[in-house]
Amino acid sequence: MTSSTYRSPVNDDPTLDISLVVNGRPVEASVSPRLLLSDFLRHHLGLTGTHVGCEHGVCGACTVHIDGRAARSCLTLAVQLDGATVRTVEDLEGPDGSLSPVQEAFRDCHGLQCGFCTPGFLMSVTALLDEDPDVADASDTEIRERIAGNLCRCTGYQGIVAATRQAAETIRDAKEQADVPTRG
Amino acid sequence: MKPSRFEYVLPRSIEEAVAARVEYADTVVLSGGQSLVPTLNFRLSNPEAVIDLRLVPGLADVRVDGDWIHVGGRTRQRDLELDDAVHAANPLIRETLHHVAHPVIRNRGTVGGSIAHADPSAELPCLLLCLDGEVVAHGPGGARTIDAQDLFEFILSTTLEPDEILTEVRFPVLPERTGWCFTEFARRHGDFALAGVAATLTLAEDGTIAWGQLAACGVTTTPVRLVAVEDALLDGAADPSRIREIAQLAADVVTVPDDESCSSAYRRDLLVGLVERALRTSLQRATERATARTSREVTS
Repeated sequence: MTSSTYRSPVNDDPTLDISLVVNGRPVEASVSPRLLLSDFLRHHLGLTGTHVGCEHGVCGACTVHIDGRAARSCLTLAVQLDGATVRTVEDLEGPDGSLSPVQEAFRDCHGLQCGFCTPGFLMSVTALLDEDPDVADASDTEIRERIAGNLCRCTGYQGIVAATRQAAETIRDAKEQADVPTRG
Repeated sequence: MKPSRFEYVLPRSIEEAVAARVEYADTVVLSGGQSLVPTLNFRLSNPEAVIDLRLVPGLADVRVDGDWIHVGGRTRQRDLELDDAVHAANPLIRETLHHVAHPVIRNRGTVGGSIAHADPSAELPCLLLCLDGEVVAHGPGGARTIDAQDLFEFILSTTLEPDEILTEVRFPVLPERTGWCFTEFARRHGDFALAGVAATLTLAEDGTIAWGQLAACGVTTTPVRLVAVEDALLDGAADPSRIREIAQLAADVVTVPDDESCSSAYRRDLLVGLVERALRTSLQRATERATARTSREVTS
């Protein structure tokens, strides 16, 4: 995953050089200013885990992390990311291929049906729980509000809400375990 | 490629940014991009040049200074929402931001971007108008200040000149003995609301209502002050039992015709209900604040 030889269909666009970090690896590329981050990830870097749904910021399928915060990759130009750090769904699993707590919970709770919205949900929920593991104590209505920025057209929300809660519990338990030695 | 071809301009200073505004015939300013990029993706907007503000220094600074909260135009909505000093100075700001789209959008969307975009359904223009805030615009002749009441002209249209850039948004600190409320109704949390109301209500020393400031979004071609309601609050120390009656006076500002979301009649009723709720919540909070202040004075 280094600088790309991919040529866009409109290959006479002037390009700009950008360098950024994607999933922990440095990436350098020359891109048209009108290339969206979502298309850069999928077409230039082959990271097709980031899905593209509505392409105007409504569905959330293309959610990635930019500089540690969840963001819509379809509402960001690749050239805006010069110097930034991007994390995609491909980076959620551990080095040994083990699932992250959020991925594990989506599998356990049937949080996916067709799976198209799943990468976006995984990235949104991962960012949400990084910020606030107390979501474990939230009501179902609150959880629905917190993840309302992602749509599931299979309408499989019951499983998604349950998965969010289970992942929150797992993450909070892990944090509490990690905190025990420092308390003594 | 979704957007049509454009020149990408990356200025390092506000002067360079304004110069690009002048140089190209048709420019748009990229701040957070959460409203702009969808219009580019759909080619509703096909500008000659996109001016990205991300390297212009100082545009994301936030400070509370005396009676004013100064917010750099490129400040992320999420950063303003999480700013505790801002929240202490004016809690209506955080309450309003909780209704702006979803957290994932607020992570990128900016305060100045939303206000300059001037969507009549958007919450931040409504907040600015309610609070009698102001904005600073930089143009070829330097900077000027524009009062919120002189800023919003029509749907997606402001009195900013085509060669100007909005660089700062100023919200007043909430006065003493003042309550606040932002409330709206949307089909799904985070969607554009069918209607929304921002309110502040200030009590006199004797605990009666001195004055109120209210603005609504989603009901006409711009955010709009609810002048009839404000006048009624001034009139005769506004007995709280009259709040329902006073709220009825908001209905006439609605000009949105029947649309796919709801009828015009429904929107009028909805607005009245939201105004009533906003007034009651503001009154309760104003009373709590005034009481807390009095008891602090007694104990100290």
